[in-house]
Amino acid sequence: MSEIHAETVPFVRDTMLPPQPPPPGGQGAVGWLRQNLFSGWVNSLLTVLGLIIIWLLVSHFWPWFAHAVWRADSLKECREIIAATWGPDATGACFAVIRERWHQYLFGFYPRAEYWRPILTMGLLFIALAPVLFSVSAAIRLRVLVGGGLLTLALMYVAGVGLPAMGFTLALFALALFLARSAPRGLLWFTLLYPFAGVWLLWGGTLWLPLMVLAGAGVGLVIARLLATRLPALAPLIGVAATVLFLAFLAAPLAQAAARALPLWLPAVESREFGGFLLAVVIGVSGIAMSLPLGIVLALARRSEMFLIRIFAVVFIEFIRGVPLITLLFVASMLLNYFLPPGTNFDIILRVIIMVTIFAAAYMAEVIRGGLAALPRGQYEASDSLGLTYWQAQRLIVLPQALKISIPGIVGTFIGMFKDTTLVGLIGLYEPLKGISDFVRADFAWKGIYWEPFVFVGAIFFSICFAMSRYSMYLERRLSREHR
Amino acid sequence: MTDSLPAAPPAPPFRPGMLIYDRRYRSLTFQVIVFILVMSLAWWLIGNTVENLSRLGKDIDFGFLFNRAGYDIPQQLIPYDSDDTHLRAAVVGLLNTLLVSALGCIAATLLGITAGVLRLSRNWLFARLMTIYVETFRNIPLLLWILIIYAVFTEITPAPRAYQGEDGRQLILGLVAPTNRYTAIPAIVAEHSPGVLELGRIHIPWLAIMFIGLLVAAVVIRSAINSRARRIQGRTGRRPVTWWINLALFAVPPVVLWQVFGLHLELPALAGFNFKGGISVDNSLVVLWLALTLYTGAFIAEIVRAGILAVSRGQTEAAYSLGLGPRQTMNLVILPQALRVIVPPLISQYLNLTKNSSLAIAVGYMDLRGTLGGTTVNQTGRELEGILLMMLVYLAISLIISGVMNLYNRRVTLKER
Repeated sequence: MSEIHAETVPFVRDTMLPPQPPPPGGQGAVGWLRQNLFSGWVNSLLTVLGLIIIWLLVSHFWPWFAHAVWRADSLKECREIIAATWGPDATGACFAVIRERWHQYLFGFYPRAEYWRPILTMGLLFIALAPVLFSVSAAIRLRVLVGGGLLTLALMYVAGVGLPAMGFTLALFALALFLARSAPRGLLWFTLLYPFAGVWLLWGGTLWLPLMVLAGAGVGLVIARLLATRLPALAPLIGVAATVLFLAFLAAPLAQAAARALPLWLPAVESREFGGFLLAVVIGVSGIAMSLPLGIVLALARRSEMFLIRIFAVVFIEFIRGVPLITLLFVASMLLNYFLPPGTNFDIILRVIIMVTIFAAAYMAEVIRGGLAALPRGQYEASDSLGLTYWQAQRLIVLPQALKISIPGIVGTFIGMFKDTTLVGLIGLYEPLKGISDFVRADFAWKGIYWEPFVFVGAIFFSICFAMSRYSMYLERRLSREHR
Repeated sequence: MTDSLPAAPPAPPFRPGMLIYDRRYRSLTFQVIVFILVMSLAWWLIGNTVENLSRLGKDIDFGFLFNRAGYDIPQQLIPYDSDDTHLRAAVVGLLNTLLVSALGCIAATLLGITAGVLRLSRNWLFARLMTIYVETFRNIPLLLWILIIYAVFTEITPAPRAYQGEDGRQLILGLVAPTNRYTAIPAIVAEHSPGVLELGRIHIPWLAIMFIGLLVAAVVIRSAINSRARRIQGRTGRRPVTWWINLALFAVPPVVLWQVFGLHLELPALAGFNFKGGISVDNSLVVLWLALTLYTGAFIAEIVRAGILAVSRGQTEAAYSLGLGPRQTMNLVILPQALRVIVPPLISQYLNLTKNSSLAIAVGYMDLRGTLGGTTVNQTGRELEGILLMMLVYLAISLIISGVMNLYNRRVTLKER
């Protein structure tokens, strides 16, 4: 051994060589190109193929976009302008149709004088969501509020809303910003009130009806609280029963009486006047808001140890997941009236929202069940060893972790559901893709226009869904506690 | 279960309060309450339905399925004309659903695997292109893609007669001719046809039966040979060479069929105003198939990418350090592990594709929803029966697919001991 060692010592270098610059082709733009685009013949071939594809796409579509016409009264006029400007064979987009009909794509047949209401509802949605979705960071919350406020005001300006409503909106956002800085928990109260405010703003009518519904929930809550110490197991049940009784017998007469004393009302808007993205967002947002809690309950039921509960959950989830959404929408539009007491005929939008919620909840349940299954057993055992009750354990230990694991799936379900709102066009509602576009095309001036509405509607859908998926990535990063 | 009582010690005397506060009774109480609630909901719904139906003077009767349908279906896999029954129309529709779903699944898988692998490739440009493809298709509703592709086919493709004459359009690759009504594709025909098997009005060419039979036989023989090879390897440590037998099993029968019966492609050719020869595929099928393929392909690409990324880098390094080459590493180490991650979501994409094929309504493709859930319901006024039946059929398809998936999953799942 020592001999070998003695022999190798003279070959050990005792001075460092000075670092050499990399070879000329290995750095800078050329080096990047070599590494990423031309590192071998397969790679080079792919690059050439990619360039050809890009060239094909751009050469086809760029002239069409570049020759866009924004001001015209009909498709014919558009074509004449294009032919006059860029030659008789030129093709070009006729975005004049969007310029003229954008309001129908956004609001459907909502009365023009009332446009401030849906826009304000959207603005309030930002305020309501800010404390929930961006609860972890005050800076981002402020940015979301400012961005949402600016977007709302810009939309109001475009829609020609009067100054008083804009001033009111500005004041609301200022208040929300103040609250978000000083008392973000206070904003949560607004989140709880938002559904009632939103429904009232959108559909109008008397304010007292949503207030009475709210009062019903309050009555139930108060009774449950009062009984909580004496009858801990029955208190929630009695609370629910009290709410139901209040809504069934007291709410309507009380609302009528109050409306006579102090009429607070907005002009009522019928459901069939809803359309365009207003319809898609109303269905999407209410479906999302209701399907998440329902999905959690279903997922817990499916993992329950109680045989009957599990069976019911399994049958429900598998049935809903086994049929296409379109068949459920047909049930909503054709069959639901069969299942309800004779003479019942409730709002088509409400029916669709119920079906969409049920549909999304079944998918949500499976996503959350995956999250629950992925939790280590030790977490369940730890909660048992602390002596927590079932609901305490779920609320404090299990669900927060399970939901965190399943964020990508949950947001994926949301995106899918929002995209699926386009299907309501197939049962005769005016969603933006088919309903409104068909309506616009029925006008003689715009007969034969295809691509421009697709581009416009597609771009809006893309930006909303893309924003949602980016938000889910942000949340995942934000909540990951593993690699700190 | 929770209601089995422990034998010892003697149970304390029963009090009504224990129904709520005792853990053993509480779950039972709760289940009974839920059961009563669900049953009364069902009873309420059924009662309402019965009352509503009797008011309208209707009853629940599936007899309408055996009445004359009286409408035409452009695309049909089994013979059908308007004198046939609604039941047969529904079966034609079901077969159409299965046809477009199967075609879509195959094409979407190929596209998705290609896009997913390319997104991970070292080529910067192609990886970006595939990212754009995936994000565009995933974030825009399927209905929009269907409508766009439909507009492409009805607006941009020419009438068949545009392919006429010397300076007419050329067929794509000399094989396919998209027109504004149908797409003409080549057909495989035999010079010496062995005839067709007649099952009532359904005619199945013997050639197809032979081909499928030989294929099935090849699969069976292959698995037998492989298991024998595995046995020999287990006993002697040397695996007999099997690849040429496997190759021959799948390559020889088609070649033999081709030579014996003189198979050749029959190209579509214009005769008058329409294409003769070849097969004319209805555009509604082509549109739906393309849209489902592109849309589902984007989702499958993400699944494939996630699956490959889920195999930890250490696996590749370990394989290299054992002296395996890149190809062997991929085939023996990476892919088997990635497949375990890929297959379950892949199958649920197949399920989604099958259910999404019900959007055929947007392009007028007569699938199950178009026949049983559409025209039949409209003609007979049997909404309840028609739609329930349709839902049950879709449910059956879904359950079969997910059952197969569970079987597969059980086979490949990691055995933890």
